[in-house]
Amino acid sequence: MIGGALRRLGSAVLVLWGAVTVAFLALHLTSGDPVDLLTGLRGTSDGLREEITREYGLDRPLPVQYLTFLGHVLRGDLGDSYVLHLPVRTAIGQQLGPTLQLLGATVLVTVALAVPAALLTAGRPRWVRTPVALLEGLGVAVPAFWLGTLLLALFSFRLRWFPALGAPGLDGLVLPALALAAGPAAVITRVLRRGLERTLDEPFVTTARARGVGEAAVRLRHALRHGLLPVTTLVGWLTGSLIGGAVVIESVFSRQGLGTLAVTAVRNKDLPLVIGIVLVAGLVYTVVNTAVDLSYRLVDPRLRTSES
Amino acid sequence: MVIPRIRPGVALGLAVCVLLLLAALAPGLFSGTGPDAANPADTLLPPGSAHWMGTDENGRDVYSRVVHGARPSLLIGLAASALALAAGTLVGVLAAQGGRTVDRIAGRLLDVLLSIPGVLLVLLVVAVLGTGTGNLVAGLALVTLPGYARLVRAEVLRVRGTGYVEAATVLGWSRLQVVLRHVVPNAVGPLVALATVGVGGMIVTGSALSFLGLGPQPPTAEWGAMLAGSGDYVQVAWWTAVFPGAAITLTVLAVSAVGQWLQDRAEGRVAR
Repeated sequence: MIGGALRRLGSAVLVLWGAVTVAFLALHLTSGDPVDLLTGLRGTSDGLREEITREYGLDRPLPVQYLTFLGHVLRGDLGDSYVLHLPVRTAIGQQLGPTLQLLGATVLVTVALAVPAALLTAGRPRWVRTPVALLEGLGVAVPAFWLGTLLLALFSFRLRWFPALGAPGLDGLVLPALALAAGPAAVITRVLRRGLERTLDEPFVTTARARGVGEAAVRLRHALRHGLLPVTTLVGWLTGSLIGGAVVIESVFSRQGLGTLAVTAVRNKDLPLVIGIVLVAGLVYTVVNTAVDLSYRLVDPRLRTSES
Repeated sequence: MVIPRIRPGVALGLAVCVLLLLAALAPGLFSGTGPDAANPADTLLPPGSAHWMGTDENGRDVYSRVVHGARPSLLIGLAASALALAAGTLVGVLAAQGGRTVDRIAGRLLDVLLSIPGVLLVLLVVAVLGTGTGNLVAGLALVTLPGYARLVRAEVLRVRGTGYVEAATVLGWSRLQVVLRHVVPNAVGPLVALATVGVGGMIVTGSALSFLGLGPQPPTAEWGAMLAGSGDYVQVAWWTAVFPGAAITLTVLAVSAVGQWLQDRAEGRVAR
């Protein structure tokens, strides 16, 4: 068990190392650019070019630059943004809050939509399931950024129930979280319902019913916990799609956050900042996926022995 | 000849796909007006008899732009899928046939690609290569490549163990011949069905990145870019946002219905 877990952790570390290496290569694929970009920002003179080249260590041999880069990243130093004149770490830190708020709110909305929908429709007759199934189909197909635009047009501009663009505070979170949650909620409802339906056929549910436990209690107290198991496999996917979705949704709602920061950085060709955000997202994603994998071992003892 | 029984949803999806392909190939069939024909006198007109999806802020006909938007939007999804399929097949076959070291290295590289959330990987590619349709396609392909490569690798390993491959080897075929003539064609089948489902997702992600201004540049009539342009006017002109988005949604629904059907058939599941 310990060996398998260690191997899983080791491969996660390898993957992160690979991602940092890719980041380094990406920086150097465009290696002509940074000096040009920086001189463009600070004015031009021959001395300045050399000074910048030296300042950023661009004159040293590539392996040395690579090791330096690796060392800096390990210490959490992601370099400086070309455009913002800030350490990348600071720029990310400043924008982390709004994004985490959005992601947190989205997870809450997703759970609030998916769990009741699945509980109410699992094993029910067709006429109950069909309308919800149609909504799920739409939820998967409707692009989040379009849904966001529509919600904004209807509830902010027309009905004025929610503040319009870029509002801080809780009111401003409702619509973006709803837009971002629709897709994941649809997928999770499906998976959870399938899990619940399988569980409701289990003998222990029959036993509970025979003891006179009511339908609501059977579903809430007995079936839900088992039905949630297949959902845990989706946690990794959910994390990835929410991080990606936040990038787009922040732009739709003109919100501050890492997504807006990333898109601006891409437009400005501010590569250190783009890479910093990509690495942070990759780190979060890898940690979540590793944790999910390890938690299977805790939940399902069979995986501990059948280690490949 | 056996005519397969098709569910109404799938038939509808197929019909929509055919219409979309027609619109992409020959937009003139559906709309007489050009997508860029601007009329400053007719800006932001609501849907009516002359412009049944209204006009945008430059007085361009929204219906015509939605029709003409089919080509770039579908092209991004299809090109990215094709590229991911080709590259994924190559990597998958190499990993399966190239020996242990190649397999290990390929596996690790794919892991690295998978460790970055899709949209951010595309952002990284676009940041390095620059904005534009081609680079967006490359980024999208890179996101889906690992899944395809893994599937191909597993399929190649499975097919390699079958009798007909053994027979070909015994008959003295070279390894390359066996791989190209027997292994790859048999391994790629399940992949095509999976890729069809994937096209829908690529179209959504592609349009989202165009929406962010990282794909086709204005005035190209691309659905995501049209939505981005509508952002400032959605308060007064809902039609500029509703129709391009509806086009994306309809496309995704149709493509997924067809893709799911193909996948069920490939896996030998019988239609209910």
